[in-house]
Amino acid sequence: MSAKETTTRPSPGRDDRTRLGQEPTPDQMLEMYYYVCLARAVDERMWALQRSGKAAFVISGQGHEGAQVGTVYALDRDRDWLVPFYRSVAAVLMKGMPPAEIFLIQLGRDSDPSSGGRQMPGHYGHSRHKILSTSSPVATQLLHAAGIAYAAKVRGTGEVCLTELGEGSTSEGDFHEALNFASIHRLAVVFVVENNGYAISVPVSKQMAVPNVSARAAGYGIPGVTVDGSRVLQVYAAARQAVARARSGEGPTLLEVIVPRLTAHSSDDRQEKYRSTEELAHLPEHDPVRVFTAELRERGVLTPAKEQEIRAQIQLEVDEGTELAEAAPLPDPATATRYVYFEPDAGT
Amino acid sequence: MADKRFLDAIHDGLYEEMARDASIVLLGEDVGKKGGVFGVSEGLYEAFGEARVIDTPLAESCIVGVAIGMSVNGLRPVAEIQFADFIHPAFDQILSEAARLRFRSRNDFGCPIVIRTPYGGGVHGALYHSQSIEAFYAHIPGLKVVVPYTPADAKGLLVAAIRDPDPVLFLEHKKMYRSIRGEVPESEFTVPIGPAVVRRPGRDLSIFAYGLMTHEALGAAGQLQQEGIEVEIVDVRTLRPLDTKTILESVARTNRALIVHEDNRFAGFGAEIAATIAEEGFRYLDAPPTRLCGPDVPAVPFSQPFEDWFMISAEKIVHAARAVVAY
Repeated sequence: MSAKETTTRPSPGRDDRTRLGQEPTPDQMLEMYYYVCLARAVDERMWALQRSGKAAFVISGQGHEGAQVGTVYALDRDRDWLVPFYRSVAAVLMKGMPPAEIFLIQLGRDSDPSSGGRQMPGHYGHSRHKILSTSSPVATQLLHAAGIAYAAKVRGTGEVCLTELGEGSTSEGDFHEALNFASIHRLAVVFVVENNGYAISVPVSKQMAVPNVSARAAGYGIPGVTVDGSRVLQVYAAARQAVARARSGEGPTLLEVIVPRLTAHSSDDRQEKYRSTEELAHLPEHDPVRVFTAELRERGVLTPAKEQEIRAQIQLEVDEGTELAEAAPLPDPATATRYVYFEPDAGT
Repeated sequence: MADKRFLDAIHDGLYEEMARDASIVLLGEDVGKKGGVFGVSEGLYEAFGEARVIDTPLAESCIVGVAIGMSVNGLRPVAEIQFADFIHPAFDQILSEAARLRFRSRNDFGCPIVIRTPYGGGVHGALYHSQSIEAFYAHIPGLKVVVPYTPADAKGLLVAAIRDPDPVLFLEHKKMYRSIRGEVPESEFTVPIGPAVVRRPGRDLSIFAYGLMTHEALGAAGQLQQEGIEVEIVDVRTLRPLDTKTILESVARTNRALIVHEDNRFAGFGAEIAATIAEEGFRYLDAPPTRLCGPDVPAVPFSQPFEDWFMISAEKIVHAARAVVAY
């Protein structure tokens, strides 16, 4: 692990059941706001690196930041698990992964802690942050989340496991198998479906016959909730309920968060081919950065001075992270055969 | 030593490991109160409780996927797929997840799981209860594939698999559960994953086999001996990692190789052994490395004459061995 922590991390928010239902404090709102904006800035830098020829590929989380920050903020970030997917930029930042580590995988560097330059960008993971390594087949991770939660139950660790997926992943068999297993055993899993309306180019109307993913919760006897991903505090309130329910042994929740996909599927996609100009023009209305900024300004939580301070801090953190990653060495091909199996001398 | 059936040896291995280590859990279809459809996990539910002996929903991807998650968070799961024929829905979890977790995280995460499953024909199981599946899985870097023949190996290799830090596919020939008996040490022991073993020394021909085919090959060796042909039987035991050293040393002694497996011939595991011998042991050879394998029809057909036609018997091995020796 060579990525240095570039900023002072706010302390993780422990899930305090006595506060359940209460609003977060202004400081907590600002902390969430910080991560929403940080994730956007990191994401924009990922695209800049790709457009300038330094990164081969981008899979973006723009539009998903409110959903991810609002849900992960409800976890005990030291104790609980995150099982992410490839758009989880904001989620992994919120869970403790510094921007530098995201740029290291983005640039395929040797010191990339997610994979040591072995995986495509977007495939985050690190045991230190209790973020499980990500693959590319969709929905496979939901069963891992169920298994992690089963182990937590048997071992009595009290951990909750939050896992994220897109609405397209709900068509996979593993989605059903994971919700079914987690419900049968009342496991401490929060399934967060970030519904951005598209699985690459296929609209949600061709993905499912019901209007909302959350409707499917009824088939498992668990709560299904749909919230607006641009309303970060509402996402957080719903996630806190889901986490509290999980922690107390009542079982999983299917939490659907409606988000806009602000970019193409990836840097290899041209979304103008399947999304109308009019649709694209309306996307900013649901942009969580924009909506959350307006909300916090209106509440008087986000003052112009505070906003400037946050933006400056983010700029610094993103610049430092980029510099560190760009300066980091590429992997040596001679190391490519390592760790196919356990190596006794390498430790774990 | 105690005389045990193949099935009892596996049962004992599971029982003793679960008694030793509370992090070991068993999951699969009907593994609980019923004790498994073949009775391998008989009594484990009563001994260790429903939290550690888990009757899962009828969903193979779920069984393996959940086991992966458990292993990430401190448990040592032993997953049972009821018949190898039904493992295919879990292929993605095995290939894309279990076998790659260590490599893709550069050693940050490991995946210590065992997937046990009965395979093979000769039990009137037809197309969907007779398949051999090893070729699909032996192809996967990051996965280990084990096929025991003796009851002692079944127990020792299973214990080694449970203690292994990487995912292991453990294939049990279902015809052997109640038909194969053998001496099993009563004290705790393991048989290391990897090394092959010479079951019978001989000078005229090496036969490479695993699982039930080792049994048939040993039967053939007895008949061939009466004809003056001394056959060496190498029980490969572990398909991945493959013990090429023992294989090549045997060919160096006998100068002839016959590879026997029940799985289909085309791109079957025998091709890997034959290619290894051809590439690395060419100078030893007096005859082409030869394969005797299941015929290339989709799977074992049901009716008795069909099944007899498909299955490889000692007699078929005798015929094939004579031809290689006469080359």
